[in-house]
Amino acid sequence: MNLESLSPFILSLVTFIPAGGGLLILLIPRRDRDIKVFAFVISLLAFVASLHLPVHLHREPGAFKFEIDKIWISSPNIHYHMGIDGISVWLVVLTTFLTPLCVLISWTSIHERVKEFFILLLILETALIGVFTSLDLFLFYFFWEATLIPMALLIGMYGHGRRVYAAVKYFLFTMIGSMFMLAAILWLYAKTGSFDFTVIQNAIRNGGVPGFESASLWLFLGFFIAFAVKVPLFPLHTWLPDAHVEAPTAGSVLLAGVLLKMGTYGLLRFDVGLFPEQARRNASWIMVLALIGIIYGALVSLVQPNMKKLIAYSSVSHLGFVVLGIFSFTTAGLNGAVFVMLAHGVATGGLFMLAGILYERRHTYEISEFGGLATPMPKYATFFLVTVLASVGLPLLNGFIGEFLVLSGAFQARPIYGILAATGVIWSACYLLWMYQRVFFGKVTHEINNALPDLNLREKAALSPIAVAALVMGVAPLLWLSAIDPAVQTALVPFTQLASKVVGR
Amino acid sequence: MTMMAMTLTTIAHSLPGLLAQAPMLPQGADYMRILPELVLSFFGMLIMVVDPLLDEDNSHQSLGAIALIGTLAALASTFWMAQYPGTAFWNMVRVEGFSIFFHYLVIAIAAVAILSSFEYLRVQRIRAGEYYGLILFGTVGMSLMSSAIELVLIFIALEISSISTYVLAGLRRREASSSESSLKYFLLGSFATAFFLYGVALMFGATGSTNIDAISQVLRSGNVPVLAYLATALMFVGLGFKVASAPFHIWTPDVYEGAPAPVVGLMSTGPKAAAFAVLLRVMFEANAPGRFWLIWASAALSMTLGNVAALVQDNVKRLLAYSSIAHAGYLLVAFAAQPELGASAAMFYTAAYAAMNVGAFAVVSHIANAGEKYVTLEDYAGLGRKSPVLAATFTFFLMSLIGIPITGGFFAKFYVLSAALKSDLVGLAIILVLNSALGAYYYLRIIVMMYMREPRGEVPVTPVPVAAGLAIAVCMLATLYLGVVPGPVLDYAAQGAHQLLSDRAAPIVSRR
Repeated sequence: MNLESLSPFILSLVTFIPAGGGLLILLIPRRDRDIKVFAFVISLLAFVASLHLPVHLHREPGAFKFEIDKIWISSPNIHYHMGIDGISVWLVVLTTFLTPLCVLISWTSIHERVKEFFILLLILETALIGVFTSLDLFLFYFFWEATLIPMALLIGMYGHGRRVYAAVKYFLFTMIGSMFMLAAILWLYAKTGSFDFTVIQNAIRNGGVPGFESASLWLFLGFFIAFAVKVPLFPLHTWLPDAHVEAPTAGSVLLAGVLLKMGTYGLLRFDVGLFPEQARRNASWIMVLALIGIIYGALVSLVQPNMKKLIAYSSVSHLGFVVLGIFSFTTAGLNGAVFVMLAHGVATGGLFMLAGILYERRHTYEISEFGGLATPMPKYATFFLVTVLASVGLPLLNGFIGEFLVLSGAFQARPIYGILAATGVIWSACYLLWMYQRVFFGKVTHEINNALPDLNLREKAALSPIAVAALVMGVAPLLWLSAIDPAVQTALVPFTQLASKVVGR
Repeated sequence: MTMMAMTLTTIAHSLPGLLAQAPMLPQGADYMRILPELVLSFFGMLIMVVDPLLDEDNSHQSLGAIALIGTLAALASTFWMAQYPGTAFWNMVRVEGFSIFFHYLVIAIAAVAILSSFEYLRVQRIRAGEYYGLILFGTVGMSLMSSAIELVLIFIALEISSISTYVLAGLRRREASSSESSLKYFLLGSFATAFFLYGVALMFGATGSTNIDAISQVLRSGNVPVLAYLATALMFVGLGFKVASAPFHIWTPDVYEGAPAPVVGLMSTGPKAAAFAVLLRVMFEANAPGRFWLIWASAALSMTLGNVAALVQDNVKRLLAYSSIAHAGYLLVAFAAQPELGASAAMFYTAAYAAMNVGAFAVVSHIANAGEKYVTLEDYAGLGRKSPVLAATFTFFLMSLIGIPITGGFFAKFYVLSAALKSDLVGLAIILVLNSALGAYYYLRIIVMMYMREPRGEVPVTPVPVAAGLAIAVCMLATLYLGVVPGPVLDYAAQGAHQLLSDRAAPIVSRR
C-alpha cells in the first residue's frame, strides 16, 4: 500500500479515531472488561496512525505539512484547516503515546462508571490532537474549549476528596482565560475577514490590518492570558496543584503531559507567531515571570509533604523553562523549549503514573507514609529512579537536552536569566532526589509497607514505554530535533528580520 | 349638530374613494399569506369542540395528538405560505423571508412544547382541552406578530399571545404559586402592553401612520419629530417587558417559578422570539430614532443583573429564569449593532436559544414530577448516576447555554459578539464576554450537582415517556445541528434580515 496517498486524510484520521472509538463505546454493553480492551485498542490504533506523521514529515523549513483545507461554514468564513509542522507533530505523537498508557494505568483504579470514563478519555484525546493540528483560529478555539469539559468531568467524577472544588476551579480559570482569546480572535476576524492562521499572519506582516498598531498589545495580551493560565505561568498557576492532586491518575498524566503544553504551544504558535513585535517588546517581563515560576515552583515543591502536589509544583517549574526558552528568541532557546515540552510530558507523565500506582496500593500520597520502599518493591523503585533522573535532567536522559538548550538560549538573551534559571535545575535535583530518598531508602518505617506487591505485568507494560522513551530521547535527541529545528527556524524568521531592521536603523 | 353633519358628509364623500382605493374583499392569495394562523385557529377551535365530548380522564392523549397534528399542519402550511411572498389585507401582513423564519420557529417551539406536555399534564392533573387550545391560540398570536407590519395589528397579535400565556401560567390551579404567577404576569403584562400602545399612539402622532413602511419612510426622511423618540422609548418598554430584559424583568423569576414547566419552556422562547421579531421590525425596519443607548443600557443591565442574580438561586426554574434574562441581554447586544449584522445574529440567537431552552425545560418538567416537587438544585444530585442519558442531555443543553462549541448556543453568542465587534461596540462586547464567564459558573453548578454529588434517595426518577423523550431528542438534535453546521440557518436568517432591511417602495398610504 502506498502510504503517501494517505497524506491528505491522515491528520483527520489521527484526530478523530479516538472520538469515533469513544462513540462506539456508547454502543458496547456495560461489561467493563470489554470496554477497557476496546479503549486500549482504539488508543493504540491512534498511536500507530500518528506514527505516519513524523515518518513522512519532510524536514525542511517553510509551510505546514499534511494540510487539509476545506470550507466548514461559509459565513462566517470558517475553514476546516489542519496541518502540522516539526513542532506540532511531536505534540500529536506525545498525546497518542500517553493515552494508551493512561488506559493501562486506569485498568483497575477506575471501577465505577467505567464506560463514561473511557468515553471521556478518548474524546479528550481527540480534542487535544485537534488543538495541535488546527490552523484555523476558530477550529483551534473549538478544540481548545472542547478539552475543557472532558477534563473537568474526569477530575470531578473520578477524583479524590476535594474533586468538585478542583474541577470547578480548573474550569473557571481556563474558561475565563480563553474568553479573552476569543475576543482577540473575533477582533482579528472582524478586521481581516478570515480565521485562517496563515492568512492572518500574512495580513499582519504586510500591514493589511487596519487599526492593528493600536490594538496589537491588547490582542497579544488576549491570547497571552488564555495561554498563560494553561501553562500555567506564575501567578496564574493556582488551579494546577488542586487539579493535579484531585484528578485521577490518567487525568493527571494527560493534564501534565499534554494539556499544559497546549499553553506553551499556543504561546509559540499564535502569540509569538502572530504578534512577533509585541512578543519581543513584552519578552522581558514574561521571562521574569517564567523565572519566578521556575524558582518559586521548585521551592514550593521542596516543602510539599504530598507526593502528587510535589510533582504538580515541579511542573510549574519545568514549564517555566519552556516559556523562558520561547521568549529568549534564540534558536537554541526555542529548540530547547519544544524539547522540554516533550521531555516533561514523558517524564512527568511517568511520575504521575508511578504516584498513582502507589496510591492504588496505599490510598495516600503522603511522603511520610512511605520509606524504605526499595526493599518490598525493587522493580517499582527502579522505574521511579529512571523517571526521577529523567525529570532532574541527568545527561543521557531526556530532561537534560531540553534544559541545556533552554539555558544556553537564556544565556544568549541575557546572562542573568541563564544564571537564575540554572539554579532551577539544581533545585529540581534537590526536591526530586530528596523525595526519592525519603520514599525508597532506609528501613521500612511503616509495617504495612512491607507487604506491598511489586509491579505486575500490566503496570510494567505501562511504565516501560516511558523509560524507553526517556532513554532514547536522551541518547538520540537529533531524531526529534531534526524535525523541530526547521520549524523553529521558520518561527524565528520575523525576529531576525526585526533585528536587522533595528540594526539597519 | 352642524359639526356632526359636516363629519358625516365628509365621510360620505370620501367613502367612494376609500372603497376604490382598496379592493373590497381580500383575494385568495391574502388568505394564503395567513394560512398557518388559519390552520392553528382551526385546530384550536377543534380542540375546544372535541374537549367536552371526551371522557376527561382519557382526553390527554387524543387532544394532545390533535394539537400536535395542528402544529405540524401549520408547519406544512408555512411552507406553502412561503410560496406567496408579498403583502396581504391592505398592507397589514407581509410574507417575506423574515416572517417565514419566525413562523417556522414559533410553530416548531409550540410543537415541541406540546410533545413535552403529553405526560406532564397527566402527572400534574391539568385539564388538557384548555391547555392545548391556549397553546395553539397563543401560537396564532406569535406567528402573526412576526408577519404583521401594521402597529395596531402587531398590538392585537401581541395581546392574543399574551392573554393565552397569562392563562397558561395559572393552569396548575392547585398551587398558590401558579395563581400568583398568572396574576403577576397578567397585571404587569397589561401594564406593559399599555406602554406599547401608548408608544404606538405617539408614533402615529409623530409620523401620521401606523404602517411600518410608512413610518420608516418618514423616519428616514431626515427630520425626525421629537415625539418619535418618546414613542420609541415607550414601545421599547412594552417589548422589553415581553422579552424580559432589565429593568423590565422583575416579573420573570416569580412567573417562571409558578407556571407549569413546559409552559415556561414555551413562554421563555416562543412569545420572546415573536417579541424580538417585533422589536427587529420596530427598531431596524422602521429605523426607530434614539434606540442605541436605550438598547445599550438595557442589554448591559440585563446581562449583568441576570447573571449575578442567577448565581445565588437554588431553584432550577428560578435559575433558568434569571439565565433567560441574561440571554435576553446577550440578544439585545445584536440590536445595538449595525442592522445588517445585528438582525441576522439576533434571528439566529432566537432559534438557538429556543432549541436549548425548550430542551432544558423539557428535562426540568420531567424531573419535577407530580406537583412539581423536585425543582431545587439539591434534587439534581447524583442524576448522572441514576439516569445517565437524561443527565447527559441536560448537560448538553447547559453547555449550550454556557456557549461551549459544538452547541447552538456557542454560535449564537459568537455571531452576536462578532456583530458587536464589527460595529465597534467594544464596551458592550467586553461586558458580554465577562458575563458569559460569570454565567458559566451557575450552569456548572447544576452539572456538578448531577455528576459529582451522591444521589439522594427520596427523589424518584421515572423513565422518560416516549413523547417527552422525543421532544428532548428534537431539541438536542436542533442544538447540535446549529452547533455543527450553523451555515444554512444563518444564511436563511441573513436572507430574511436582508429582506427586512432592503429599501422597498412604500405602499400607497392615505396620509392626512
